[in-house]
Amino acid sequence: MVGEQVLIERTDFQRLLDALHQRGYNVIGPTVHDGAIIYSEIASVEDLPIGWTDEHEAGRYRLKRRNDQALFGYVVGPYSWKKFLYPPVLSLWKAKKTGKSFEVVPNTDEPPQYAFIGVRSCELHAIFIQDRVFTNGKFTDPHYQARRQKIFIVAVNCVQAGGTCFCVSMKTGPKATVGFDLALTEIIDDQRHYFVVEVGTEKGAEILQKVPTKRAQPDDIQTAKERIAQAAQHMGRQLDTTNIKELLYRNLEHPRWDEVATRCLTCANCTMVCPTCFCTTVEDVTDLTGTEAERVRRWDSCFTLDFSYIHGGSVRASAKSRYRQWLTHKLASWIDQFGTSGCVGCGRCITWCPVGIDITEEVRAIRQSELNRTQ
Amino acid sequence: MAVTVKPQQIALAVSTDPMLPVPYRVLRVRRETSDTFTFEFGSVDGSRFPFAPGQFNMLYLFGVGEVPISISGDPERPEILVHTVRAVGTVTKSLCKLKPGDIIGVRGPFGSSWPVVEAAGDDIVIVAGGVGLAPLRPAIYHILNHRGEYGRVVLLYGARTPGDMLYKKELAEWRGRFDVQVEVTVDAAKPDEWRGNVGVVTTLIPRAHFDPHHVTALVCGPEIMMRFTILELQKRGLRDDQIYISMERNMKCAIGLCGHCQYGPNFICKDGPVFRFDTVKEIFGKREI
Ligand SMILES: Cc1cc2nc3c(=O)[nH]c(=O)nc-3n(C[C@H](O)[C@H](O)[C@H](O)COP(=O)(O)OP(=O)(O)OC[C@H]3O[C@@H](n4cnc5c(N)ncnc54)[C@H](O)[C@@H]3O)c2cc1C
Ligand code: SF4
Ligand code: SF4
Ligand code: FES
Repeated sequence: MVGEQVLIERTDFQRLLDALHQRGYNVIGPTVHDGAIIYSEIASVEDLPIGWTDEHEAGRYRLKRRNDQALFGYVVGPYSWKKFLYPPVLSLWKAKKTGKSFEVVPNTDEPPQYAFIGVRSCELHAIFIQDRVFTNGKFTDPHYQARRQKIFIVAVNCVQAGGTCFCVSMKTGPKATVGFDLALTEIIDDQRHYFVVEVGTEKGAEILQKVPTKRAQPDDIQTAKERIAQAAQHMGRQLDTTNIKELLYRNLEHPRWDEVATRCLTCANCTMVCPTCFCTTVEDVTDLTGTEAERVRRWDSCFTLDFSYIHGGSVRASAKSRYRQWLTHKLASWIDQFGTSGCVGCGRCITWCPVGIDITEEVRAIRQSELNRTQ
Repeated sequence: MAVTVKPQQIALAVSTDPMLPVPYRVLRVRRETSDTFTFEFGSVDGSRFPFAPGQFNMLYLFGVGEVPISISGDPERPEILVHTVRAVGTVTKSLCKLKPGDIIGVRGPFGSSWPVVEAAGDDIVIVAGGVGLAPLRPAIYHILNHRGEYGRVVLLYGARTPGDMLYKKELAEWRGRFDVQVEVTVDAAKPDEWRGNVGVVTTLIPRAHFDPHHVTALVCGPEIMMRFTILELQKRGLRDDQIYISMERNMKCAIGLCGHCQYGPNFICKDGPVFRFDTVKEIFGKREI
């Protein structure tokens, strides 16, 4: 069954969620919360953002009513799946005083077994990138690994692109091609509302046995293909990645960094919403009696002053150096470190930047200035 | 070119957690200067601590915090773990109050090492500034333990004042040897307390005895000191790939996962702290990298 395509009617969609729940999965999917699409626990199809879509522009995000009842008619919200695979706050271990010595007790809490509903292709690639960061080097993050190896992924192919999306430039979408258990394409016609479902794994096939499906006809498959192709043609942004590493490495002293620093608030929003950003800090705390200590890991950001602090001062004291660090890490040094770009083109950093700084625009400005010089 | 990634096979076995500190007991404390102490530690369970010269550990003080500190002992005596700590902030100040019998947590050893094996056959010039001598001491021990394998050996050490010098007894011992050239200088001293060289450590380089074409240089100290040292070594005719430096950045994990120690494409905790200079020269000295 792997590789096969089937149809699920909208009216049977609940059955898919039921099958996952029955299998013991903690089912996470898109919901409308505080005026945004937020991934959180879902019990039924009614929890999904039925009939909602989102508008994205630099520094602007808005939910809007659609004129249909689509379940996945939005693009991406501020939070990515990383908050489940790599929690924002995590206790790494506790230590107890035992006389003069102490004993370290690792956090071995069994993490939840998640099923993610509605993972976009760019987000899948972000997960592959974090796999490389956390599980492919000399050291492995056991907490990430424990969560990651248990997830069930229901991908959703994008049939509409957001105003800040550029997955086509980054070759990460809009169609999910690998790494999912099931991939859906939502199709709404005058009379019908259904999903073309591609089976990615045996695990996916097994879940589908509990769900009424029909064999997908060539017409259905063709329709799905066309809708995805439409999304590909309507990317809100573009990023020319030709020799981008070399471009950025040779422009570390470009005046554009000074210019962007006059706008950047170093608020760290971009790093929090980015699905691949992985920096953390740790806090060591004790209880009031001083007999129990704990180490807690938290998301951190290269935009804070503390991040690069060493005795005598912060290495990256200026906003310029911190923005430069972030952008060159995403698009250049990440390639040296992990053999892949650190950007999947999801557009979140553009949408959620309070002053609308646009990563694609910053790169364009640097590239353009070189072209102007050589002309 | 956008590099796209394929999903990886996620290994099924959860490996042992490199974030867990292991308890070590303070055996001895030696005061080096007014704010710097050398500690000898022994593992609580009696296990040995093999390491390579230049590597570092994360030292954890119960409930206070954890900091990267180089290993400063003899690599051929793995039964004791030695660290030299300068009190500069919250954790290091508390570390410097440790007494024999106290327990700390240790994670490590981490990072790259000085090329003491690769450099066999060469002359060696070691240039250290301030506490920068601590991460170099294991290399010095190794070289002296295997003295016959090297050509001429030079140690150049600079401290701010005579009172800031580390390992005074050993420096005197090394100076007494005929097979090592040891030169020490201080930035400033009162006339009655110091009769040696005055000036920054780079002023010692022109008179160091080594063959510039067959020498390996090991350099550690503040970044500015390393910058000028490299310039002087280059003046003596050294190529960039003969020079090794040790870098310092904020570190939280020491295992390449927290992102704090990034230095251009490098993670100092795993690609460094010791770098061959030619591999970082494009970014070395660039402001705020
Ligand atoms: C690879 C490596 C080897 C080192 N070896 C030694 C050594 O052998 N002896 C020694 O005395 N010191 C050494 N240091 C420096 C030592 O780690 C810092 O002095 C120490 O982290 C300061 O922490 P604090 O809590 O006392 O200071 P605070 O100023 O209170 O620290 C605040 C924060 O900044 C970080 N920080 C401050 N200064 C540094 C620094 N210089 N480097 C990295 N992080 C810093 C701390 O870890 C902490 O997170 C080394 C640093 C590195 C990276
Ligand atoms: S850098 Fe911006 S566009 Fe790229 S993956 Fe991160 S949030 Fe998305
Ligand atoms: S680029 Fe925008 S989102 Fe990122 S730190 Fe600067 S102001 Fe905040
Ligand atoms: S110290 Fe965490 S990545 Fe190097």
